[in-house]
Amino acid sequence: MADNSYHRPDPASQPDYLYEPYRSTLRRAPRKPLVFLPETLSERTGPLFGHDEITETSSDLTRQHAGEPLGQRIIVTGRVVDDNGRPVPNTLLEIWQTNAAGRYFHNKDNHPAPLDPNFTGAGRALTDSNGCYRFVTIKPGAYPWRNHANAWRPAHIHFSLFGPAFATRLITQMYFPGDPLLAFDPIAQSIRDESARERLIARFDLQTTEPEWALGYCFDIVLRGRDATPFED
Amino acid sequence: MDLTPSQTIGPFFHLCLTRDRAEGRLAGPEAKGDRIRLACRVLDGDGAPVGDAMIELWQADASGIYNHPEDPRRASHDPAFCGFGRLATDEEGRCAFDTVKPGQISALEAPHINVSVFARGLLKRVATRIYFSATGKDPILALVPENRRDTLLARRDSRNPALWSFDVHLSGDHETVFFDI
Repeated sequence: MADNSYHRPDPASQPDYLYEPYRSTLRRAPRKPLVFLPETLSERTGPLFGHDEITETSSDLTRQHAGEPLGQRIIVTGRVVDDNGRPVPNTLLEIWQTNAAGRYFHNKDNHPAPLDPNFTGAGRALTDSNGCYRFVTIKPGAYPWRNHANAWRPAHIHFSLFGPAFATRLITQMYFPGDPLLAFDPIAQSIRDESARERLIARFDLQTTEPEWALGYCFDIVLRGRDATPFED
Repeated sequence: MDLTPSQTIGPFFHLCLTRDRAEGRLAGPEAKGDRIRLACRVLDGDGAPVGDAMIELWQADASGIYNHPEDPRRASHDPAFCGFGRLATDEEGRCAFDTVKPGQISALEAPHINVSVFARGLLKRVATRIYFSATGKDPILALVPENRRDTLLARRDSRNPALWSFDVHLSGDHETVFFDI
C-alpha cells in the first residue's frame, strides 16, 4: 500500500521551539526530543467547518461597526494550497490584528495608542473551491513590546488555518513588504532560512488594488499535503 | 511547494479565536457515551501557569468514530457529538472541556484525545495526546519511553469519577511528551 501520510515539514522551513532572542521561548519551548508518531486516523482527520461560521461581514473588517475604521484600507487575498500545489477548498481562515495605531482590541494590550471604536480586528473566511480567500481590512500598525530594549513588532496579521486534517493545522503571521522592522524582529527572524521567512511577506499587487479605494496584497499559504488522496477528482 | 512557516499565536488571539467560537462543550445533551469533564492546565518550565495558552482538542465519539470523510465509519458518527473543542487558559493556566470518553478507533489503539497547544513563546504548536489508561498494546504509547508515559495520562478524580485532569508541562523535569506528527 502506498504511504498516504501527510508530508513531514522540512525542518528548515519552520522555526525551532527554542530561539533565545525571543525571550518567551526560554521557559516555554520543549527541550526534550519529540516522539515520532507514524500517522494514524487521528492525524488524518480533523475538524471541518462550514458556511455557518461565516456572516456577510466576517471577511470585511471595515464593515463590522457603525462607522468606518481609520487607517489605510487594504485587500488581503490569496490561495491556500497544499505542498503539491493542489487547492485546499472550504477551509476556515481566521485572522486578527491591531488597528491602524498598533493597538489590539484586547484588555491585555496596554500600549498607549488609541482604540478605534469602529475596528475590532477579527475576521473569518472560508476558501472557495479553488482555495482562494479574500479579506478587506485596514493596514495594522507596528507596536512596542518588551522583549528587548526598544523592541517593536513589525505590522502583521495573524492567520489561523485548519486544512483538511489535524496534521495540517497552522497558525502564522503575515508581514508587509519593505518593513524595516522585520530585520529586528526575533519572531520573524526565528525562521532562520531567508527564503522561508520571505514566504510570510505578502506581495503588493496592483491587480488586486482597487482604484480610488484600497491597496491590494497577495498572501498565498502552503499547508502540508500528501501523495495521493482518496477525494481526488 | 515549500510550506508556509509557523509563527507564534501571541498573547492577543482571544479577540478572534476564543471570543465568538470558544468551544468547551464537545458533547451535546443527546451525545452517547460516558460524560466526562476534562480539566486541563498548562505550565511552563518553571512550573508557573501559562495564562495565555490556547488548547484545542480533536477526538472520536464514544464509538471511536471521527466526524471526517477519512473515517470509513463516518456514516455512524454520533450527530450529537462535535469532536472539536478549543479554549483559552485562564490566569491559573486552566480550562475545562465537557466531552465524552472517546471509544477505540481500532482494536489495538487505546482511547485518546488529540491535543494542540498554542501560546506566546511557542513558535509552533505542540501536539500531544491524552490517554485514560496505559494498559493495553497501544502502538503509539509503545513508542514513548516508559518513564515518560505518565505525562500522557489523564488523572481521574478520587471523589468524582466523571472528572479527569490533564497537565501540560511545556518544559522542565516533567515535560509532557510532544509528538512529531
